[in-house]
Amino acid sequence: MSLRIVVCVKYVPDATGDRHFAEDLTVDRDDVDGLLSELDEYAVEQALQIKEAADDAEITILTVGPEDANDALRKALSMGADKAVHVEDDDLHGTDALGTSLVLAKAIEKTGYDLVVCGMASTDGTMGVLPALLAERLSVPQVTQLSEVSVADGKVTGRRDGDTASEQLEAALPAVVSVTDQSGEARYPSFKGIMAAKKKPVESLDLEDLEIEADEVGLEGAWTKVDDATERPARTAGTIVKDEGEGGKQLAEFLAGQKFI
Amino acid sequence: MAEVLVYVDHVDGAVRKPTLELLTLARRIGEPVAVHLGANAEAAAKLLGEYGAVKVLAADAPEFAEYLVAPKVDALQAAYDAVSPAAVLLPSSAEGKEIGARLALRIGSGIITDAVDVEAGDEGPVATQSVFAASYTTKSRITKGTPVITVKPNSAAPEAAPAAGAVEQLAVTVADSSKGTKIVSRTPRESTGRPELTEAAIVVSGGRGVNGAENFPVIEALADSLGAAVGASRAAVDAGWYPHTNQVGQTGKSVSPQLYIAAGISGAIQHRAGMQTSKTIVAINKDEEAPIFDLVDYGVVGDLFDVVPALTDEVKTRKG
Repeated sequence: MSLRIVVCVKYVPDATGDRHFAEDLTVDRDDVDGLLSELDEYAVEQALQIKEAADDAEITILTVGPEDANDALRKALSMGADKAVHVEDDDLHGTDALGTSLVLAKAIEKTGYDLVVCGMASTDGTMGVLPALLAERLSVPQVTQLSEVSVADGKVTGRRDGDTASEQLEAALPAVVSVTDQSGEARYPSFKGIMAAKKKPVESLDLEDLEIEADEVGLEGAWTKVDDATERPARTAGTIVKDEGEGGKQLAEFLAGQKFI
Repeated sequence: MAEVLVYVDHVDGAVRKPTLELLTLARRIGEPVAVHLGANAEAAAKLLGEYGAVKVLAADAPEFAEYLVAPKVDALQAAYDAVSPAAVLLPSSAEGKEIGARLALRIGSGIITDAVDVEAGDEGPVATQSVFAASYTTKSRITKGTPVITVKPNSAAPEAAPAAGAVEQLAVTVADSSKGTKIVSRTPRESTGRPELTEAAIVVSGGRGVNGAENFPVIEALADSLGAAVGASRAAVDAGWYPHTNQVGQTGKSVSPQLYIAAGISGAIQHRAGMQTSKTIVAINKDEEAPIFDLVDYGVVGDLFDVVPALTDEVKTRKG
């Protein structure tokens, strides 16, 4: 019996670009290039490693997002995933984390799964709540924030490095996993992988396919509202000195002046 | 007055500072009721009361330590049902956010994470967040249900406000479905004796310029002279020079101390995302073109192996 792995990925604005809000206080996506969230590359990598260790497994990449989000799917497919599902619908604009978790959960159920793998957080919203929300919605164990993960004999095990302790976790499949950037470098797509990705199937779904009403998602359906977004004023230029033997002393003088010493 | 649930972050009853900050913020929107899960509630209650908790709902069950997150969601939901609060506040730790999110879904409410401030508003609590690598400040509120908000450490100065802090036992039934993720073993992190990174008033961080694990004691010595926590950039962590738990940045910890000293850190956007809200920023770097210098209040262009030890000596001398 094949192990069905679904990896949830997000197409995000490039963090090195100049990110802004649009007039409706959602993220302005026209203003900056998008890409596969770097933290989701780790999820794809771990899914590939789990597949390689399994006798028989299949990886489906799932995303919710605008047409351009297809780029994120292609990247993941070129790394070695087998197929993809793209949930796209105009009514999804402005959907918050709770709404996104609803759409993903319905799409995951429709696709069928034994294991869901996510990144620890998106690199834009950085909430880090989606894996927990998916576990709650799907009523399966959450095995999250893992720096090490493996799957064998119908069980997922992994290590979660917390603030005060490091924990070894174990859960029976089906389960939702999230992995951190400590789980292992993500591989680069090979030329062969990139060529192969062009032929891999991408299924397109909309809200109707998932039996979700428009008012359950989108800006109207959001459970939170941004009332105001203000660009932080650039920091005023500070004092910069060149160390010519006195740099440490000068810095101490500054810190003493600020009452830090 | 409306009650506000505050989720207590503690280690065996030793309450961590972010919880006292939550109590301080909670008092702006109502009467804080603390929820203490695990051992030693009586010890915790004394301190929680000093910072304004009118009562402490306490539950201890082996499931909290045996399974991940879900049993604590069951307990917080029981507290929610018992109190019908105006809001629920939790710390913005990985676990705090996961518990908050699952509770929000269960009670049909919205959630805001990583707030840096919470105020009372006409239409419910207003949360301030710092987004896009701290280049924007937003104000948001929850439009459905009871606001669930997670707050970053160092978002408020804890203010004492003595209240009863009476312990009440909370009856909790842990659902079988919440026992899905077993915690097979737990290895406590060894204490370095230094302040906790996210809570520290001063943070000294080292990056690529430190050039090896064997050189990190230079950074640690400066930190110790200032009573500071030690941080590291992702480059230093990825190179294996310092533990990931000390990583400052987008995928590590976000810090907002009074003073942040970056040594040998160029200041990539991912790092800036984690420290840009620090009150005073100081950098030491050989490369005068390093982007970190755009952020600093004071910068020294120079070799950190000259500047940092000289600074450490000077701090020690001045502190006598």
